[in-house]
Amino acid sequence: MTVLPYLVSGWLFLVGCYGLVTSRNLVHTVACLTVTQSATYVLLLAVGFRAGATAPVFSDVPVGSRVVDPVVQALSLTDIVVSATITALLLALTIQIYKRHGTVNPDELRALRD
Amino acid sequence: MMLLIFLALGLVAVAGTVVVLTREPARQAITLSVFGLTLSILFVTVQAPDVALSQLAIGTAVVPLMIMLTIQKVDGRR
Amino acid sequence: MSPRWRLVLFVVVAPAFAVLFFLAARGLPSFGADIHPYGDRAVAVAARQRATANVVSSVNFDQRAVDTLGEEFILFGSVIGTLMLLRAAPEEREVGRRGAGRVLPTTRLAGYLLLPVTVLVGLYVIAHGQLSPGGGFQGGVVLATGWHLLYVAGRYAALRRATPPTLLEVVESVSAAAFAAVGLAGLVVGGGFLANVLPTGTFGELLSGGTVPVLNAAVGVAVTAAVVLLLAAFLEQAVVLRRTDGPDQR
Repeated sequence: MTVLPYLVSGWLFLVGCYGLVTSRNLVHTVACLTVTQSATYVLLLAVGFRAGATAPVFSDVPVGSRVVDPVVQALSLTDIVVSATITALLLALTIQIYKRHGTVNPDELRALRD
Repeated sequence: MMLLIFLALGLVAVAGTVVVLTREPARQAITLSVFGLTLSILFVTVQAPDVALSQLAIGTAVVPLMIMLTIQKVDGRR
Repeated sequence: MSPRWRLVLFVVVAPAFAVLFFLAARGLPSFGADIHPYGDRAVAVAARQRATANVVSSVNFDQRAVDTLGEEFILFGSVIGTLMLLRAAPEEREVGRRGAGRVLPTTRLAGYLLLPVTVLVGLYVIAHGQLSPGGGFQGGVVLATGWHLLYVAGRYAALRRATPPTLLEVVESVSAAAFAAVGLAGLVVGGGFLANVLPTGTFGELLSGGTVPVLNAAVGVAVTAAVVLLLAAFLEQAVVLRRTDGPDQR
């Protein structure tokens, strides 16, 4: 049971990669990439969890209470916001590809190149 | 508490799989939004309210919205 | 690589990754264990020395602020890249909103009612970043998405008038520069880049944590401007711009 959260993270990574590999539409590819990315959040927060502890915010609990690891939370927090802008960049590339080639199917795009 | 965490983990694993297996992008934007919601539930249960808030705003609103708008542009005239 | 070979490669590599990942996970401290050396040190510094109640904000904007500066510039760079890619192409021109833009009166009412509430919540979340869960990153996103309730309410024209891109680009750049400027102030006054040079104040008060609220506000403004610019660019592509000559079927 104690490795289960880490395994969920690994599962998300693999299932996202499966989506990336079998994708027929670049928009779908981008969404699968966000699933792959979320594996890192789950892994980080699972590593930082401490049983029976509260959130690392001392507005309601006294200083010195047992809290979970704030460092991994800070990491995943900024990563989530930055990942949204990266997703925006990838979607903008998708729109640009559609404007140039009239398709967003990676295999049709490859056929255009050959 | 542990039970809630494992429940949320199960939800996340199922929702992530559903997102990947949803082949049609317009439907996928919706499942992605639900996946984002399950993730933020998980983050609340592992005592990470900051991350949950961030995930809620980004994962259930901004990213699905941008995907919807991209689909509108890409498939709009077919 | 053809789709078939891609799948073959995945089928070969994925089980190998799964086995290695499982072995690695077995080696990690078990879930919920009590071994968090970095976390314990971060908590001690934040609560006892820097008077910052929200330790996550303390890590983001004080103890590891250099990382956040990096994130800030990734944000900046990807917004610039997206805006460049989503410029209107020469053969595109603006057409009116398609589909006549009929909005249900209830949807319109919900949009109008929720707009001030969401903007207020966004500002609150930014302002209390050093005290309660929240901060510049989350509050900025809430603020920017709340702003787009105007689109939900069917007032796209009003939304476009209220979000001048040039002004937002200036705001985005200035707030990113402000973050770096606070860092340089730390270099001049204190001991190093992004040193916490302001008085840390009383634990639990709104203006506690020294430079944390300042950097937090800078990030809040930067994220708000970034997300508004991104959503505006995507909305413009999806709603307004149409090619005059039909898709290019090369």
